[in-house]
Amino acid sequence: MTNPDPAMDKIALWQRWSLVIGIAGTLGALAAFQANRAEFLRSYLFAYLFWAGMPLGCLGILLMHHTVGGKWGMVIRRFCEAGARTIPIMALLLIPVLAGIATLYVWAGPEAVHDANIQSKAAYLNVPFFIARAVFYFAVWTLYAYLLSKWSLDQDRTGDDALMGRMRALSAPGLVVFVVTATFAFFDWIMSIEPHWFSTVYGAMFLMGQVLEAFALIIALLILLSRYAPLRDHVTEQHLHDLGNLMFAFTIMWAYLSFSQFIIIWAGNLPEEIPWYLRRLAKGWNAIAVFLIVFHFCLPFVLMMQRDMKRRAGLLLKLCAFMLIVRFVDVFWVVEPGFYQQRLEVHYTDLLLPVAIGGLWLAALFWQLRARPLVPLNDPRLRGAPRETVTF
Amino acid sequence: MEIEYEGQSGLYGLMASFDRPEPLLDAAREAHAEGYRDMDAYAPMPVEGLAEAVGFRGNSVPRIVFAGGLLGAAGGFGLMWWISVIAYPHIVDGRPLNSWPAYIPITFECMVLIASLTAVVAMLGLNGLPQPYHPVFNVPQFERASRDQFFLCIEATDPKFDLAATRRFLEQQKPLEVMEVEA
Repeated sequence: MTNPDPAMDKIALWQRWSLVIGIAGTLGALAAFQANRAEFLRSYLFAYLFWAGMPLGCLGILLMHHTVGGKWGMVIRRFCEAGARTIPIMALLLIPVLAGIATLYVWAGPEAVHDANIQSKAAYLNVPFFIARAVFYFAVWTLYAYLLSKWSLDQDRTGDDALMGRMRALSAPGLVVFVVTATFAFFDWIMSIEPHWFSTVYGAMFLMGQVLEAFALIIALLILLSRYAPLRDHVTEQHLHDLGNLMFAFTIMWAYLSFSQFIIIWAGNLPEEIPWYLRRLAKGWNAIAVFLIVFHFCLPFVLMMQRDMKRRAGLLLKLCAFMLIVRFVDVFWVVEPGFYQQRLEVHYTDLLLPVAIGGLWLAALFWQLRARPLVPLNDPRLRGAPRETVTF
Repeated sequence: MEIEYEGQSGLYGLMASFDRPEPLLDAAREAHAEGYRDMDAYAPMPVEGLAEAVGFRGNSVPRIVFAGGLLGAAGGFGLMWWISVIAYPHIVDGRPLNSWPAYIPITFECMVLIASLTAVVAMLGLNGLPQPYHPVFNVPQFERASRDQFFLCIEATDPKFDLAATRRFLEQQKPLEVMEVEA
């Protein structure tokens, strides 16, 4: 007779529902694919990038936690590990993008040969190298996810303190590798939609948003599960406060990098740089830009400054849901104007595909989450006071 | 300057000393439950819950800092606007005089600057600092408040203060010693 485990039952229930929604969404998406392939692919890329941010952000948070320590990481570590282990699934979900590469990316299409600017970048922007790079990024990320996840499980079994040092030794340089590979991944997958345009801060800007959305999702899941054992015995207001502060920091970081890119391009006012903003401030898109300034920065900035917002689980949960919505809008605003340059266009596929991919990915996340205990059992930092500093 | 206290003049209050933070915390809670309000606790390190125990309920620093931040942001933006539009109206790079995106970094910096200065000044002001004289230092043992002892002082201004009764109350809290503090 096994002990009843309401947390795991809850996750299993979520997994079933996610899978049902994911499969239903996928069937709908197949119909959409038959109806209009170009529209399907454009929405697919957007939906893919929104959801790819979750496992990537999880890996980023995990690397950060192992590098700097801190008790906030102990309560979300298993969520991040589960998220990071779904990275191979994101590799599989990239296949439709690779299959539709000629439709999605101008530089891979037939008109590229007549464009001198694109020709000059052909050594980097060509299909075989693009695919090889994608394989490389996923191999690197999967390796980090695999090692950190494996050592964490070993720690559960043996309680060997040396593992903590080993995870840190991997993670500190790993953060650098992670940020560089993610930067290039976003150059490839999104920035090259508009191949004439370039911005060096772009990768970091997008990555900050991805980590932010991963934080929002994971804090929300943590709060939902903190009612049950084992998290009930570990999650305190202080943890939520710390996690809320980190989400706050990434919101500011996102705004800082987004504004840096804007002010530099605005001040330079060069014809090869400004089209990215002209498209994103075109008819209809400009309303979304204003929406993002107000609801992705100003409002969260004022809200997250307040202590209660971060310490009261109910409020923080609502805030996380809100941040997920604005992240969704931001990814849409960054990706889609590359395709719809004249005016805002929203298609039913822009909602259908995020539901399909999101359902499948969440099912994978919950499946992985059930594979391990929800807290690292034998990490000595789990039992210390929330404010402790970790020395190695 | 002569300070007149209600009740016993020349007396600032009664002070109890403790050798650990826990009895101080208990004593502070007891005193608050007993109805004492004019009191303060002194410890060489932060003691979780002590501020709440002596009846401290939040402060107005966040609101003052928020106002300071707004003032700083408005001031920064206003300064940039005044310079670019009124004082030195130069057309640069074909842009309108009021090119507000360029003002944003200065606006943000001024907001942070004024908000943090406000925080420091408001913190000092609300704490009543700088304070060159404080009667608690008239007790010789009090120098240990910054080393290894913990003190609770019930002040004579408290309406419930009564030299004999308050001394009895403090002695029930198992202190090391109960001392009179001269004003």
